[in-house]
Amino acid sequence: MIEPPPVVELKDVAKRFGHRPPVLAGITLSAQAGDFISLIGPSGCGKSTLLRLIADLSPVSQGQLLVGGRPPAQATGELAFVFQEPTLLPWLTLRHNVEVLLRLRQLPANQRRARVDEALSLVRLEAFATQYPRQLSGGQKMRASLARALTLEPALLLLDEPFGALDEMTRDHLNEELLAIRERQRWTAFFVTHSVAEAVFLSTRIVIMAANPGRIAHEIPIDLPYPRTLETRLSPAYQKQVANISRLLRSVETTSPVS
Amino acid sequence: MKRHTLTVLIPVLTGALMIGLWYAARMTVIAEDQRFLLPAPDAILRALFEKGPMLWSATVSTATGAFLGFGAAVALGFACALVLSLSPFVRAGFYPYLMVLQLTPIIVVAPILILWVGPGLKSVVIITFLICFFPLVVNTTQGLVSTDRNLIELFRMGRASRWQEIFLLRVPAALPYFFTGLRIAATLAPIGAIVGDAYAGNAAGGQGGLGFLTIIFSAQFQIPALFATAAVSCLLGFIFAGAVVGLSWLALHQWHDSYQRKDL
Ligand SMILES: Nc1ncnc2c1ncn2[C@@H]1O[C@H](COP(=O)(O)OP(=O)(O)O)[C@@H](O)[C@H]1O
Ligand SMILES: [Mg+2]
Repeated sequence: MIEPPPVVELKDVAKRFGHRPPVLAGITLSAQAGDFISLIGPSGCGKSTLLRLIADLSPVSQGQLLVGGRPPAQATGELAFVFQEPTLLPWLTLRHNVEVLLRLRQLPANQRRARVDEALSLVRLEAFATQYPRQLSGGQKMRASLARALTLEPALLLLDEPFGALDEMTRDHLNEELLAIRERQRWTAFFVTHSVAEAVFLSTRIVIMAANPGRIAHEIPIDLPYPRTLETRLSPAYQKQVANISRLLRSVETTSPVS
Repeated sequence: MKRHTLTVLIPVLTGALMIGLWYAARMTVIAEDQRFLLPAPDAILRALFEKGPMLWSATVSTATGAFLGFGAAVALGFACALVLSLSPFVRAGFYPYLMVLQLTPIIVVAPILILWVGPGLKSVVIITFLICFFPLVVNTTQGLVSTDRNLIELFRMGRASRWQEIFLLRVPAALPYFFTGLRIAATLAPIGAIVGDAYAGNAAGGQGGLGFLTIIFSAQFQIPALFATAAVSCLLGFIFAGAVVGLSWLALHQWHDSYQRKDL
């Protein structure tokens, strides 16, 4: 049997904008199906840029990037991006917002309805379907943004600091929900965050990046068993990992040249 | 007292106060042999009824011109804004000439128009169009190019076509700007039609609008009738502006911040 290609594979990838020094250099990384990879590192080290390369929102300058074994522009599997901001269309109700990507794909109405119902129930927003974004809380808006991505039933989910603006309690809840959804929709995830605790809780692997140029400093597997719950957060193994990652991150931040 | 009652009561009270002041000013400040220049409100009301049929047909004629010119400006203005929003080069190429259109005084344009299309409704419609077009194009274009970058990124990620990006994203996002232009145009439309009518109305055929009537009344020194014409013109303006305010409410109140209740 032939092994399926990695979901994402980067070989010595560099990215530069114009003639400035590279933003990313020598990135080699591969994600297998089911991986949940968190990217963490000083701000400006190119985490968002890396996600944008994978999503084909920006071209690679050098090296090789394959998504499902093909160049990003020809990738066939569904890919969904959850941005830092909820980016909801203010003139649409929550339901129509969640539906919007399917509308762009011109899916028939009955299929759209089924997928939107499913996504709304995954993020537990059914009761708010007819509300407009301005009537929703920050956490609800972020849930809606996540639901919108899930309607694509993606093979690959890219999340750029999705919960960064939320309070800690809401964030913890959403982290648990995200893992619960992952049990039902088996996507592979790249997740950018500034929170070590969040990264350890969610990930199968954490990639610590350094700046100038943006590069991979450490790759640490997190082998805490799923499903992860409040018990996980309280376990000594989890706390040891958080301490370990925090220490590595600190050493990266203090040795990166400041731009 | 309820807020709602107050918002009705206050304008009524200020109106009554102003009418009182009007009478008082007439009787005290203005010399007796000059009083005919400021007719009393009841005299204006009488003129309004006396000239009722004339005023009515003139109003219908002006309203028709205003509506057609306004409608044409909305349709063409929107289409023109869509084209202008496509690229900064298109904008750079056309904006200066739009300015020329706006800066040329109507008084200068009117005689040329009369030569081209003759006096009457056609000229009035074109003059109204010229006056309404600019604010609509400028505001709508501004709206179409001000779409939130993050939302555009979302559509790119969703592999939206150019058409989808325009009609599902840029156009709805531009609605608040479009309605700003629409409000300005709606207050200009009746004025444009009246001015146009005064210059290019059907002076020969008898069936004139409010602008034409103004000229007749002033020539005949019918001062209360002039005031009555002013009142009717003003009312027509209110109807146009009110209709647009209503439309704007329908399109925006559920989602746009400008309709957000402040007293939460
Ligand atoms: N479109 C762009 N043009 C020029 N420079 C960019 C662009 N996008 C990002 N950069 C630069 O790339 C670097 C990394 O940015 P980013 O990926 O957003 O970092 P992070 O998400 O890790 O905070 C920054 O120095 C930023 O200024
Ligand atoms: Mg970023």
